[in-house]
Amino acid sequence: MRKAILALADGTVFEGRALGFPGETVGELVFNTSMTGYQEILTDPSYKGQIVTMTCPHIGNYGVNQSDVESRRTWADGFVVKESSRRPSNWRAELGLSEYLAESRIVGIEGLDTRALTRHLRDGGCQQAVISHVDLDPKRATEKARTAPGIVGRDLAATVTCAAPYEWTEGSGAWPPEATTNGDHRPSGRAGQRPFRVVVYDFGVKQNILRRLVDVGCAVTVVPASTNAEAVKAMHPDGIMFSNGPGDPEAVPYAAESLRQLIGWRPLLCICLGHQILGLALGLKTYKLTFGHHAGNHPVMDLRTRKVEITAQNHNFAVQLPQPFDPAKPAATVDTKFGRVAVSHLSLNDGSVEGLACLDHPVLSLQYHPEASPGPHDSAYLFRQFAQMMETHHA
Amino acid sequence: MADSYCMPKRTDIKSILLIGSGPIVIGQACEFDYSGTQACKALKEEGYRVVLINSNPATIMTDPELADRTYIEPITLDVVEQVIERERPDALLPTMGGQTALNTAIGLAKRGTLAKYGVQLIGASAEAIHKAEDRNAFREAMWKIGLKVPNSAVVRSVLDAKDQIGDIGFPAIVRPSFTMGGTGGNIAYNIEEFERHIEWGLAMSPVGEVLIEQSVIGWKEFELEVMRDIKDNVVIVCPIENFDPMGIHTGDSITVAPAMTLTDKEYQMMRDAAVRIIREIGVDTGGSNIQFGLHPDTGEMVVIEMNPRVSRSSALASKATGFPIAKIAAKLAVGYTLDEITNDITRVTKASFEPTIDYVVVKIPRFTFEKFPGADPTLTTQMKSVGEAMAIGRTFKEALQKAVRSMEIDRYGLVSLVGLDRGIPAAADREELAAKVRDRLRCPHPDRLWHLADAMRLGLPTEELYQRTNIDPWFLEQIREIVACEDRLVSFPPHPAPLTHDLLHEAKQLGFSDERIGQLNGMDGKTLRERRLNPPVEAEAIRATYKRVDTCAAEFEAKTPYLYSTYERECEAAPTRKKKVVILGGGPNRIGQGIEFDYCCVHAAFALREEGYETIMVNCNPETVSTDYDTSDRLYFEPLTQEDVLNIIRVEQPLGVVVQFGGQTPLKLALPLAQAGVTILGTSPDAIDRAEDRERFRDLLEKLKLRQPDSGIARSVEEAVQRAAAIRYPVMVRPSYVLGGRAMRIVYDEAGLRSYMTSAVTASPNHPVLIDKYLEDAIEVDVDALSDGRQVVVAGIMEHIEEAGVHSGDSACSLPPYTLGSAVVEEIRRQTTALAVELGVIGLMNAQFAVRDEKVFVLEVNPRGSRTVPFVSKTIGVPLAKLAMKVMMGKTLHELGFTATRPFQHVAVKEAVFPFMKFAGVDVLLGPEMRSTGEVMGVDGDFGWAFAKSQAGAGVALPRGGTVFLSVKDQDKPAALDVARRLQRLRFTIEATSGTAAYLRDQGVEVQTVNKVNEGRPHIVDHIKNGEISLVINTVGSEASQADSASIRREALQKGLPYYTTMRGALAAALGIEASLRKALTIRSLQEYHARREC
Repeated sequence: MRKAILALADGTVFEGRALGFPGETVGELVFNTSMTGYQEILTDPSYKGQIVTMTCPHIGNYGVNQSDVESRRTWADGFVVKESSRRPSNWRAELGLSEYLAESRIVGIEGLDTRALTRHLRDGGCQQAVISHVDLDPKRATEKARTAPGIVGRDLAATVTCAAPYEWTEGSGAWPPEATTNGDHRPSGRAGQRPFRVVVYDFGVKQNILRRLVDVGCAVTVVPASTNAEAVKAMHPDGIMFSNGPGDPEAVPYAAESLRQLIGWRPLLCICLGHQILGLALGLKTYKLTFGHHAGNHPVMDLRTRKVEITAQNHNFAVQLPQPFDPAKPAATVDTKFGRVAVSHLSLNDGSVEGLACLDHPVLSLQYHPEASPGPHDSAYLFRQFAQMMETHHA
Repeated sequence: MADSYCMPKRTDIKSILLIGSGPIVIGQACEFDYSGTQACKALKEEGYRVVLINSNPATIMTDPELADRTYIEPITLDVVEQVIERERPDALLPTMGGQTALNTAIGLAKRGTLAKYGVQLIGASAEAIHKAEDRNAFREAMWKIGLKVPNSAVVRSVLDAKDQIGDIGFPAIVRPSFTMGGTGGNIAYNIEEFERHIEWGLAMSPVGEVLIEQSVIGWKEFELEVMRDIKDNVVIVCPIENFDPMGIHTGDSITVAPAMTLTDKEYQMMRDAAVRIIREIGVDTGGSNIQFGLHPDTGEMVVIEMNPRVSRSSALASKATGFPIAKIAAKLAVGYTLDEITNDITRVTKASFEPTIDYVVVKIPRFTFEKFPGADPTLTTQMKSVGEAMAIGRTFKEALQKAVRSMEIDRYGLVSLVGLDRGIPAAADREELAAKVRDRLRCPHPDRLWHLADAMRLGLPTEELYQRTNIDPWFLEQIREIVACEDRLVSFPPHPAPLTHDLLHEAKQLGFSDERIGQLNGMDGKTLRERRLNPPVEAEAIRATYKRVDTCAAEFEAKTPYLYSTYERECEAAPTRKKKVVILGGGPNRIGQGIEFDYCCVHAAFALREEGYETIMVNCNPETVSTDYDTSDRLYFEPLTQEDVLNIIRVEQPLGVVVQFGGQTPLKLALPLAQAGVTILGTSPDAIDRAEDRERFRDLLEKLKLRQPDSGIARSVEEAVQRAAAIRYPVMVRPSYVLGGRAMRIVYDEAGLRSYMTSAVTASPNHPVLIDKYLEDAIEVDVDALSDGRQVVVAGIMEHIEEAGVHSGDSACSLPPYTLGSAVVEEIRRQTTALAVELGVIGLMNAQFAVRDEKVFVLEVNPRGSRTVPFVSKTIGVPLAKLAMKVMMGKTLHELGFTATRPFQHVAVKEAVFPFMKFAGVDVLLGPEMRSTGEVMGVDGDFGWAFAKSQAGAGVALPRGGTVFLSVKDQDKPAALDVARRLQRLRFTIEATSGTAAYLRDQGVEVQTVNKVNEGRPHIVDHIKNGEISLVINTVGSEASQADSASIRREALQKGLPYYTTMRGALAAALGIEASLRKALTIRSLQEYHARREC
C-alpha cells in the first residue's frame, strides 16, 4: 500500500492511498455526485483539466468495458475516491478500475474522507489541487497547486477536439433511452426518408450525443472546433450541433463567431459548452459557478411544459441573464441582436439557466446533458425536438 | 420559485379516510405506522379532516391527536363501511396501510360502498391497484410496454396448474394472488411438491388464484422506489440491491443501498423501465416499489412485481436516503407536485430530485426460528423474518458489520460458527470443516452470512462460493476483506501478534466493534476501548466521527441532524449546548419486543420536547416512527450496543439517558452505562437490577411480605432436579435474563426436566436456570403503574383471558378485569403500589400477578415501560409514556394532574396475533414461550362485544351459528359444559370426541360424537376440511395428546376457523358470540370514548 496525498491550493491536505498511475497530477478539483457512470465520466472530454472526486464511496465495483466510453480515451486529470474495488463484478466487466487508471495514466488517490473534501469544496469553491504519489511533502504539493494555472481563460476545447472531420454512424444500439427489451420502442431513425445531415462542432463531444442524433435519424459529421462557418455551410447540413466541452466558454471566441454566422441559417442544437457559446454569441455573459454542477440528479423544469426532468449535469460555467430570472414572469424575454431570447429550462436547485430558446430562430440550447450517459434519460426527447426542428425548417 | 404557477392543493375534498395495516404480522410491521403517521401529519398540516381506522393500539398513528377521528376497530369491510357512514369522508387514501388497506379499499370499491357514499380513492385508483396486483393484468401491462416478466400462468385449480407446468418447467415459483409478505408462496422442484404448493397457495389466496412462474432463482435482484405526481413527474428515490439473489423474499434478504454492481447503462435501463411501469399501471400520485431480476451472465432483465403503495422497502428507502416517501406521497395524493414540496433536510431544494448518497446502507432481517421448533428455517419466497436492523457506514464493510451488531443476536461481528475465531486449530481437520461449511451453504438460511465468512477462513474460493450461493462476487469479496483483516487481528499464544495503532484504526474503519476486535485479540471490549481512546504516546485517539444523511451527498448543507458514525477525519455532529436527553430505542422488531416499545420511545421524545429539552434518539430499526428524522431533534441511526451508545454520549454530553422505554435492549445497557458514568434517568439501575435479579427480588418480596410461587435457581442439572423436587411439579423453567419467554417451558416431571436441562439450555454458573412453581389454572393479571417516587398511580389492571402459564404477550386480556372480584383487584393495586414504592420506581412499572383461589402471587416486576403501555393509554385516555417521561425529568404526578385514573364505562380487550400460518408444521398451542408478533384492541360497551371485536381485528370472525367442535382434557370438562350449554342456547350444534361427548351427554347436552384422527374415518379433520365446523375448542394436557390432536388445530388454522386452546378463551368466545347475536355492531371513535374525560 503506497501512500499518496491530495493538496489543495488553499492549503488543505488529505492523506490517502495511491491509486492508478504512479505519479503526480494537477488540475481543478471538482466533485461529482453520480452513483453510477465513473467510466463515462473518466472518458468525458469535458473533464479535461479537472481532478474528479466521486462522492459515492465505492467506485470500480462493476469494472470497465470497451463500450461504456464517451470518447476515444480518458480525459480526467486525476481521480479521487473513498474506496476503489479490488475486484470488479459485472458480466460486461473487462478490466478493474485501478488497472484502467494505470493504463490510462490517470493519477488517483483513495482512502480519504471524500465527504469532508466535498463539503470543503462546496463551501470554499473549486480550486486547483495536486495528487502526488511521489512527493508526499504537503508544503511542496500545496505550492504546486497554488501556482498551477486555473481553467479560466484556457482554451481546453482545442486540446480535446478531433484533428480532422469524421463521420459517425453508430446509434445507441443495445442501450437506447427509454429502453425496452423487445425493441418496440427503439428509436427507428427516419423510416423511409433521407437522414438529416447534422454537423457537430467537437469541443470535446460526448459520443452519446452522436449516438442519440443517429437514433433520431441523423447522418452525423463531426468537425474540429476551429472549423469556420463557411466550411460548415459548404457541407449542406440540415442542422448544426455545438457540443459540450471542457472549461471556459470565453476562451473559445472563434466558436461564438462561427455560431453567430450559423444562427438562423439552419436549426442549432447547443449543449453545455455549446450552450454557453450560444449565450456569448447572443451577447450575454457567462460566469463561473462556485463548485459547478456535476451530478445525475438535478431537477430542471421545462418552462414550456412546467414538467420536471431529472438531469445529468457537468459544467462549471453558466449563462448569466441581464436581469435575474423572475419566476413571476417566466415568459419574459431578453432582446439580443439575434432577436428575443427566453429561458426555456431552469434549475430547480439554484435557479440557474439550464436552457435558452431563441424565439426568432430555430435554436435548442441546453446547459445540461440530454444525452445523459451517465445519468437519467428523462431529457432524451430533446433530440426528437431537434429532429422536429429540422423537419419544420425544411418544410 | 414559480409560486404563481403552484397548483393549489385539492379543495374539492375536505375529509380523508386512512386505513391502517392492523396488527404487526410477518410482512406487515411498524413500517405502516411510520407511513400512516407521516400521512396523518401531512394531511392535517394541509388542513384536511383526517379519519383513521386501525385495530392496532400500539401505533403512534392511533394517538388521538394525530387524526380528527380515530377508530380502534377491526379492519373489516363491515366496520369500515360503518366508519364511512358515520364520518362521510370525501376521499380514501388506501396506500399507507400495506396490503390490508389496499385489499380493504378494493373490497369497499367492489361492494359499492365507495360509490354509495361518494368516496373517491386518492393515491391509487381501483384500476391501478388491480393492474398491479392481479397477476394476469400485470403481465399483460408489462408486455404492452415491452418489458419481460418471468414465464407464468395464472391458475385456479390443481388440475389447471398441472396443465400449465409443462410450459414453465421446474423449478417453478408458486405465488398466491393478493397476499402480502409472499404468504403461501413456495418453490417447487418436482411435480409432487408442485401439487402440494398449489393446494396450499390456492387456500392462501383470498381470491383462490395462484400464479405459477418460471424460476429466476439465483438472478440478481433489485428494487426501485418510484414516486410520481399528478403532472407526471417521476423520480426514483433509491435503487436497492439485494445481497441475497432471487428466490429469497426481499423481506428476508440482506439488502443494500445504493445498488452496487450496475453500470450506468444497466441502471438507467432499469430506471426507464420503472418510469414506464408506474405510468402504465397508472399510479397517479404517490410511491410504488418495483422489483427486478437480472440475469447475472447476460443482463437479461425481468420485472418481478410492483407494489402500488408505500411498503417496507419504501420505509427502508426513506431512512436510507432521508427522503420521506410516505409524507410526500400523502401530499402528492392531495394535488401537490414534487417541485412544490420542499426537501426538509436541505430546506433549499425541492422534493423533485433523486437522492444521491455518499454512504452505504445495509439492512439485515431478524429471524426467530428458535421460537418455532419444527419450522423450516430455509429461506424461500415466503417471508419469515419478524423484523430488521439497518446500519449506515461509509463503506459496505462498515455498514455490514454495524448491521450485524444491530441485530442483537449476541454476535458482534462475523463470528465463526465452527470455532475458527482463533485461527484454524492445529488439530482441526480442514477438509472436514470445509465439508461441513459447504453443506451449510447448500440452501439459504439466516446464518448464511456467517457461514460464508467461515468458508473464507477455510480458504474456499470466491468462485465456488458464488456457484453455491449466487451471491454476487462483489459482495463476497467485501466479506473476504473483512475476514482478511480478522486474520491480522487474531493474536493468541503461541502466535501473539501486536495490535498496532494503525491496524486498530483500519479495523475500526472496516466497522469492527471493540468487542469483536477484543475477541480476536484476546482482550475484552472494554480494555480495547480504553486503548483506542487513550493510546500510547504520540498516537491520536481513535474516535467515532459522525456524518449526516443529507439526500444529496453534501452538495447542499444538511439542516437536519440525522447522523451515523464512521471513523473518518471530519465530524459533522455539531452538538448543541442545549439541555438534552438521549432516548435509547428498541432495535429490530422481534417476538417479545416490537412496536409497543417504539411507541413509548416516540412518546418520550414528544414529552421531552414539550418540556423544552433537546431530544436525541438512538435506534437502528428502519421501520419505525422513532427513526423518522422529525420525531426527535437529533437522530443517531446506530446500533444499540454499549460501545456505540457511549460514542454518542461522548459527543453529545446529555443530561442523561432514558433506558426504560425501548424494552430489554436499552435496559440491558443500564448497568454498564451507569458504570461508565452515564446518568440513567428515572428508576435507578440498581432498582432495575433488584427487580431482574431473582435472588434480590425474592428478598424484596419477603421484605414486603408478598407471596410468590416457590422458586429456585439451578446452575447444574442435578441442582435443578433437586430444586424442582422441593418446589413440586409442575414447574416453569427458563434461563435467566430473557425476553419474550425464550426457551421457557412447563415441565410436569423429572424426566421432562432432565430433557429440558440437557437439550434446551446449558446451565452454568454464569447462566443459571430459573425454576418456578407453575400455578395451574391460575388467572394471570398484568398491571401498569406510574410512579414519581412518592406517589404511585395504578393505571391499568388487566385480567388475562388465557390462564397463567401462557406468556403474557400471547394472552388476550381485558381492561378492566372481567371476572376478578373487587377485593382481589384492590389487593393487586395495594401490592403494585408497595412494589413501586419499595423499588423507588420513577417512571413506569409493569407487574404480573397470578390469582388462584383469591390468593395473589407476584410473578414478576419490570420497572420499565411494558408491552401493554399503549393499550392501557388508549383505553383510559391518558398518555402514560409521556407522563412517565415528564416524571423522570422531575415533574410530580400531582403537577401533571394525574393522581388517579378516572372511571370509564367501556371494556377493552387486547388480543395477540400469531405467525403460525407462515410456519408449516408448527403446533399452535399457547405456552410460556412468546410467539405472537403483534396485537389488536377491541373496545366496546361490554366485554362480549369487545372480545368479538378483538377476534375480528385479529382476523377471526366469531361464528353466528353452525357446529362447534369440542375436545377437552379431563380437568376442563366442567368448564366445557358451561360453554357447551351457552352455545346450545344460541342454537349451535355440538360435536365432540368420545370422552368429552360422554361427559356432556351425561350432563344433558345434546351432542354428536366424532372420531379422533386416530379413531378411523370420517374423523374430525375430515369434518373441518368439508367446512362442517364453525368453531373449534380443543384443550390438551400431556405431550402425547398434544401430538395426537395437532392436526385438528393446524387444519382449523388453515381453514381460518376460530379455534380456542384454553377453556377461558373458549368461554370468552361464547360470551362474544352471545353479545354479537344479542345486539348489532356499533363503533365509536377514541375521541368520543374520551370526550368527557378531557381535563
